[in-house]
Amino acid sequence: MLHYLKQEAQKAERKAAPVVIENVSRRKFLGGAVAASGFVLAVRIPDAAALEPLTPYPTGGASMPHGYGNASDPHVFVSIKPDGAVTILAHRSEMGTGVRTSLPMVLADEMEADWSRVSIQQAVGDEPLYGNQDTDGSRSMRHYIQPMRECGAAMRQMLETAAAAKWGVDVALCRAKAHHVVLLDAEKNDTGKKLGFGELAEAAMALPVPARDTLLFKTPAEFNYMRKGETKITDLRNITMGKAVYGADVRLPGMKFAVIARPSVLGSKVKSFDATEAKKMAGVEDIFEMEGVHEVPRKFGQLGGVVVVANTTYAAIIARESLVIEWEQSPNASYNTDAYFKEMSKTAAEPGKVIRNQGDFDAAWKGAKSTFTGEYHMQHLSQAAMEPLCCVARVDGDKAELWAPVQSPYGAREDIAKALGLPIENVTVHVTLLGGGFGRKSKWDFMIEAALVSKKLGGTPVLLQWTREDDIRHGFYHTTSVERIDMAFDDAGKVAGWRHRTVAPSILSTFAPDSGYQFPIEYGMGFVNLPYDIPNLRCENGQALAHTRIGWYRSVSNIPRAFAVQSAVAEAAHMLGKDHKEFLLELIGPDRTLDPKALGFPEDFWHYGDPYESFPIETARLKHVVNLATEKAGWGKPLPKGQALGLAAHLAWHNYVATVVHVDVKEDGTITVPHAVTVMDCGFYVNPERIRSQVEGAAVMGMSQALYSGITFKDGAVEQSNFFDYNIATMANFPKIVDVHIVEPQPGRNAAGVGEPGLPPFAPALANAVFAATGKRVRRMPMGAKVA
Amino acid sequence: MATITVNGESRTFDGDPGTPLLWYLRDIAGLTGTKYGCGQGVCGACTIHLDGAAVRSCMTTVEMANGKTITTIEGLSLDGEHPVQKAWRELSVPQCGFCQAGQIMQAASLLAKNNAPSDTDIAEDMSGNLCRCGCYQRIHAAIRLAAGGV
Ligand code: FES
Ligand code: FES
Repeated sequence: MLHYLKQEAQKAERKAAPVVIENVSRRKFLGGAVAASGFVLAVRIPDAAALEPLTPYPTGGASMPHGYGNASDPHVFVSIKPDGAVTILAHRSEMGTGVRTSLPMVLADEMEADWSRVSIQQAVGDEPLYGNQDTDGSRSMRHYIQPMRECGAAMRQMLETAAAAKWGVDVALCRAKAHHVVLLDAEKNDTGKKLGFGELAEAAMALPVPARDTLLFKTPAEFNYMRKGETKITDLRNITMGKAVYGADVRLPGMKFAVIARPSVLGSKVKSFDATEAKKMAGVEDIFEMEGVHEVPRKFGQLGGVVVVANTTYAAIIARESLVIEWEQSPNASYNTDAYFKEMSKTAAEPGKVIRNQGDFDAAWKGAKSTFTGEYHMQHLSQAAMEPLCCVARVDGDKAELWAPVQSPYGAREDIAKALGLPIENVTVHVTLLGGGFGRKSKWDFMIEAALVSKKLGGTPVLLQWTREDDIRHGFYHTTSVERIDMAFDDAGKVAGWRHRTVAPSILSTFAPDSGYQFPIEYGMGFVNLPYDIPNLRCENGQALAHTRIGWYRSVSNIPRAFAVQSAVAEAAHMLGKDHKEFLLELIGPDRTLDPKALGFPEDFWHYGDPYESFPIETARLKHVVNLATEKAGWGKPLPKGQALGLAAHLAWHNYVATVVHVDVKEDGTITVPHAVTVMDCGFYVNPERIRSQVEGAAVMGMSQALYSGITFKDGAVEQSNFFDYNIATMANFPKIVDVHIVEPQPGRNAAGVGEPGLPPFAPALANAVFAATGKRVRRMPMGAKVA
Repeated sequence: MATITVNGESRTFDGDPGTPLLWYLRDIAGLTGTKYGCGQGVCGACTIHLDGAAVRSCMTTVEMANGKTITTIEGLSLDGEHPVQKAWRELSVPQCGFCQAGQIMQAASLLAKNNAPSDTDIAEDMSGNLCRCGCYQRIHAAIRLAAGGV
């Protein structure tokens, strides 16, 4: 995400290897393997057809900062000890998606390593070496499946080559299997002779990496771990025992603890402060002012304020409460949520900047037999990961070392080097586990703060802790928005015209002078790329200036777009007396691959940063997930009073997702969700178990934002502060059963993003179900826990 | 001076008796398995056992624990084989994992007093333990699974 923003700103646990085992009594006896019981197990050697060449497909990973680095090089990513212990680097950040397991697993599978002998090491922030490390934008698997497979295949072939040299045989007779290379006879049968990976490691690592076009990859039938969903996440045991290390669990000798009092309104500076009382408090060691970055755009510059350093986190927190600070006024003090919605609504009623234009919407509107207008409001959101921001820093002389739960360790390293005036080589960024991220932890303001505090303390290591209140009040918020959709229906009750106006402060405002208009990334998220068969279609963007820091939050603009579009489609179907599912399928239209040019997509259409050809939009896939989700949910089945199904389908990160939510509205109006079904067509996939967990979690997060969560501003300050007023779903009311169905990939359907796309359809499906159950249409998020 | 038994070990603390156990455990005793999520008793990430009952360590002071026994996630079992921990692994409950020490401690205390909890019992007892990643379906299922073994 950040990368695109930079561009834009310039313009403006483990199981033994499940090797295939067969009862040898049914097969030709293979030398040596005689068990005392007479029951003989042997490893089957797959034939040559088990491996295939794969033509690489281009992705946007190559144009990310530092591209793919040396991500396909086993010398960088793999090490093998003489005893056969394999270590694989994880260069992306683990925030709950399972990526720290899934990517190394891809490599391990492709190289035929035994997962029980693999350990994972977290890489430091070093993109020139590892390739881009921005763990956001649902990109880790989408961009790194290929290089990790290449890396694994290369390692396997290097091990086989090393074995061939040792045995003095043709490499074609050497086949890697289950942490060994086995020697085959001329008929390609196992001779029983084998060498362990550990015995071959040194010679293998001395070999050059084979050229990409000589690499052979496993066919899916030969996968040991990929597609199986049987590999436990690597940190599982540690997590259950309290041993997993998150940001604030890093301890350094002599480490102090710090918190910062920041301005409640963005841009206000410290006028004066009185620390007399605070300094008297037990455990307090130092109190000083930190200058904020006030020139616009602020990017990830620190907010500034007053720093309290103490010998425990608690001492720092309570001393901060005794500070008396006078703040200067900021122009952002005029930001009030109610007034801002009125303004956005007014803007949405007027023509905006035309972003996509196809056919003649105005003519369709004039000639319409009937029309529909729907306006959908959404409040700001805070990512509110369970782990509040925190960072341990030691800035000693001309060396800086930081430990943090950060999604973008290298971007952070670059900026910290700048903030400290150090060459980047002198800055090391270690990545701990992240207690959730959702986009907030790819903004490293908190790390710059920690570095500056340690520097000011003359090199004393410090743990800078954000309290939950700090997290809720000083965020980079998901935008707030008004999305307005106008539809014109012809005599046959078909949608002849569609106009979508979006009004929302842009993320770009954090990175470039604020024009009030959005930019291609936001346009590309379910706005200009509407895949419906409508002859006259116009997308417009109205101006909205930002008064707080706008950032990205899991799924970004797809959330308000899916909410608006999927609600509007259901509303229109109801108005026309049509079945929602049938109407949706009709809108998607015939099976086809969209031609962005012919459909009037903007010249600079942003396709999640990827080449369109690698991930073309195929309507048949969208229809398929709609059909499957409705079928699995029992669409059309009679339900008791107060219960109904609601549907939504959305394409994001090249992942086709349909969700059906079953609501049960209780007598007092309380909305409950006994069941939800999500069907996902994410192309080539690796770890179905973690995909399911992502979708289950997305249902809970979707329910949170549909019903409860909202950030509002009064006089420029955030009105919420903790989980008692910024509410999320709890065990008292959550989507009880979430069925996840993953569509088996056809060849050529490349790996799409998974972490985010499960989220956008949930809220509109819920709203549509509430309408179907009660007749009450809710056009705002959050809608409240009860139907009024 | 307060005396507290933490995971079977007797410890003394002569600092501010109003210090919440959470910060005593994390910053003084060096037991970082107990997590800070809200500091206001509304998220459950800091859940520990005080004389066997689940409490929020951010809302329980050292003074309140004087003479009592504390168990943290590190002390729930020596080998990580408490039935709740096992069930959590069996069902691959965690996503980011940050809330899970609190969830496990809460679930262990629930099962210690009620080895056959109903859905309502689970919802009531666990509703103060937030999971932003949204692992509730699996937490619920894991408690059911562990109930067979507690
Ligand atoms: S940290 Fe104690 S309940 Fe949240
Ligand atoms: S697993 Fe991430 S908060 Fe619960």
